[in-house]
Amino acid sequence: MSSLFRSEEMCLVQLFFQTESAHNCISELGHLGLVQFKDLNPGVAAFQRRFVKEVKKCEEMERILRYLEKEMVKSNTVIAATKEKEMVPCARDVLELESTFEKLEQELREINRNHAALRQNLIELMDIDSLLRMTEDFFEEAESLLTYSEPPSEDSVSMTVSSHITSRRNSNSSTSGALHLSFIAGVIKQERFPAFEKVLWRLFHGNFVLRHAEMQATEELQAVRGAVKKDVFIIFVQGDHVREKIRKVCEGFRASLYSCPKTLYEPKQMSTSVMTQMEDLRMILRRTEEYRAGVLTRAAEHVQEWGSKVKKMKAIYYTLNLCNIDITQKLIVAEIWCPVSDLTLVQSALIKGSEQSGSSVTPVLNRIQTQQTPPTFNRTNTFTEGFQAIIDAYGVGTYQEINPASYTIVTFPFLFAVMFGDCGHGLVMTLFAVWVTSQAESLRKWKNELTDVVIGGRYIILLMGMFSIYTGLIYNDCFSKSFNIFGSSWCVLSMFHPHGPWQNETLHEYHHLQLNPFVPGVYSGDPYVFGIDPVWNIASNKLSFLNSFKMKMSVILGVSHMLFGVALSLVNFVHFRKFQDIFLQFVPQLIFMLSLFGYLIFLILYKWCITLRSETAPSILLLFINMMLFDYQSEHVLLYRGQVFGNNLNDQHGTDTRSSFSQHQKDEMVSMGDIFVYQAIHTIEFCLGCISNTASYLRLWALSLAHAELSEVLWRMVLQVGLKISSGMGSLMLVVLFAAFAVLTVTVLLIMEGLSAFLHALRLHWVEFQNKFYEGSGYKFTPLSFDSLLKTQQ
Amino acid sequence: MAATSFVIAMSVMTLFWGLIGGVIPWFIPKGPNRGVIVTMLVLTAVCCYLFWLIAILSQLNPLFGPVLTNDTIWYLNQHWQ
Repeated sequence: MSSLFRSEEMCLVQLFFQTESAHNCISELGHLGLVQFKDLNPGVAAFQRRFVKEVKKCEEMERILRYLEKEMVKSNTVIAATKEKEMVPCARDVLELESTFEKLEQELREINRNHAALRQNLIELMDIDSLLRMTEDFFEEAESLLTYSEPPSEDSVSMTVSSHITSRRNSNSSTSGALHLSFIAGVIKQERFPAFEKVLWRLFHGNFVLRHAEMQATEELQAVRGAVKKDVFIIFVQGDHVREKIRKVCEGFRASLYSCPKTLYEPKQMSTSVMTQMEDLRMILRRTEEYRAGVLTRAAEHVQEWGSKVKKMKAIYYTLNLCNIDITQKLIVAEIWCPVSDLTLVQSALIKGSEQSGSSVTPVLNRIQTQQTPPTFNRTNTFTEGFQAIIDAYGVGTYQEINPASYTIVTFPFLFAVMFGDCGHGLVMTLFAVWVTSQAESLRKWKNELTDVVIGGRYIILLMGMFSIYTGLIYNDCFSKSFNIFGSSWCVLSMFHPHGPWQNETLHEYHHLQLNPFVPGVYSGDPYVFGIDPVWNIASNKLSFLNSFKMKMSVILGVSHMLFGVALSLVNFVHFRKFQDIFLQFVPQLIFMLSLFGYLIFLILYKWCITLRSETAPSILLLFINMMLFDYQSEHVLLYRGQVFGNNLNDQHGTDTRSSFSQHQKDEMVSMGDIFVYQAIHTIEFCLGCISNTASYLRLWALSLAHAELSEVLWRMVLQVGLKISSGMGSLMLVVLFAAFAVLTVTVLLIMEGLSAFLHALRLHWVEFQNKFYEGSGYKFTPLSFDSLLKTQQ
Repeated sequence: MAATSFVIAMSVMTLFWGLIGGVIPWFIPKGPNRGVIVTMLVLTAVCCYLFWLIAILSQLNPLFGPVLTNDTIWYLNQHWQ
């Protein structure tokens, strides 16, 4: 069955199955992916549905899984890949999974808390350690100074404040005499230290001694706390009152204070005890980390499997929320949309599901008639789904109308290629598409939106590239150069004496000379057999010829495309049995288009096929305008003898069709005035629309011109400059210039122009082609499918 | 009459695209994709043939010739027959 031409026939089916077998049946249907559940409780709010608790449980489990995955990523545990299609768990498995998850989460959180606390302890101990070492130095220094000035006392902290210790001392501090000082020692962040010092000065006007030194950043220190620099400081002050104030200041600056030993011998003891404590802590930390890694590795083996199970469970509960539960709580009623051709598959899936659950009653399928519009289902494979997607982006087709996607597979790349037309660029595009197609699976892992779009459209790009090679060969344009395979039809020799008007001197006088096709021998009479003659590439007036050619080509292609669209509307009318529409809409549309634009195409082809003298050749444009204005004067040269008659016939047809539109009758009881107005608007819209749509196809000319010009500019300004350099450095410059040429070709010509031509070809399809026959007011068929669910959330 | 290159080209291309669009579709094996493949072949044949036809017909009776620089003319004199 040619299913891509029309959307599939769908049927509404009622399902009855037992509550126990619900899970298995729905999971089987989910694996099948062919069934869309209708919402039987549309008035119920989301939080009032029956299975909302279970859905919440599933979401909670998903949250825990996400937390687990984050932890695994942080500790660099490898997550194992999923195994194939596991069985979906039933209700009691859910509880089991739930408890496993909760336990895991609690365990992990506890481990993390302990780890953090231990680490904090380690940091403090390290601070104390370095503090001890620093203060040892301070005290030793003070000791040595004191021995020179005064004998020290063993148990007091008194020492002489000497001028070496601090640089900013007030003059009123005494330089001799033992004072009873207390001190505060601690650790502060280095960046905060200057502010700290300033505040202390403001408060105490220098009645203190402050000594600080940077803490050495060992590697271990950096691993544990990070790259924060800290300073050790020690303040000597007099009096307890001042001590309290300083304590408060330190708290304000978030400096950690530690108690320091008072005598010289205690530091050594303290130091050793701190060292042992640190060793212990380090060991404990290592053990903790190992334990955590073990827990995570064990969980990592299952995490993906659990993830897919949870997603399936959530989907099943969500689906169950859409169904009706019977009074007796034993029966579940569901309504599904399903393609008619797949009914047997659905039935066998349901039987399998009920067998798995061990229930004895097979589910019942009951097909019901309905007036509601079914969803639109177009069965696609990997090749056609890209094209279906770009059609659906504009509007999903009405149920069972003609699907333009099957024609778009060829016409869209073709129209793109007409605008892109360069066989070199087309070749690059084709090769790129082939590479993407072969690497599609491994490229999907990048999970970037842009790469997803490119991978999804790889077949479109492949076809676009292949057609571009063909149109490039016909335009005879390869990176803005032409091929001369068959020999040009234009001969320069014949323009010279004795055949033609030129002499040898003519070349010296004139810089530009034009070949005259009416001089015998110059034009061979046979056009270049495949495409545009290569002589036009080297001619200065190439655009005059190409513009005329491309404009006429655009009109011909556009009118053909639109006639095709009108013909498709005929097929739609026949299918939907709207025979009156055939006579009153299709036939007038066809006549109008053929008489006006068909006549134009006839004129174009006629003028191409007959031989004319250039001075007297009438312009088709003027001819057409005169015809529309009913303007015939005998001085005008006629293209063919019957022209006046032909033009008259044309106009007559035009007026006839316009009046017949207004006689469109409808069966329903609607007011005639409304119908007339509606039809008049429709008529005018169609007529004007035809003209504007035909003109819209001229973008085929405009874009191909732009592409050709850009390509030529790139050649002339970049590569040719490099090739013309005759000095010794020329080869190096050529390398650089070729790199620039390649980069600009890819970014400007391939990507930018490619996107532009893609967009315009798409617009031509969506608007000019589809408004002849496409309604696009359906809704898409979204089946319950576990494959697509897992793929989208992967 | 002697077969001019135009006649040869016309008949070759018409035959080629006629084959692709009119004969090969009958030989596509029956399967789920037959409709799509046949549509693709016919449309490709029609589009490509039409495009080639437009290109060759537009050059059949030229009303003006190319404008060349004198260097180009001198070069073409020597190298093109």
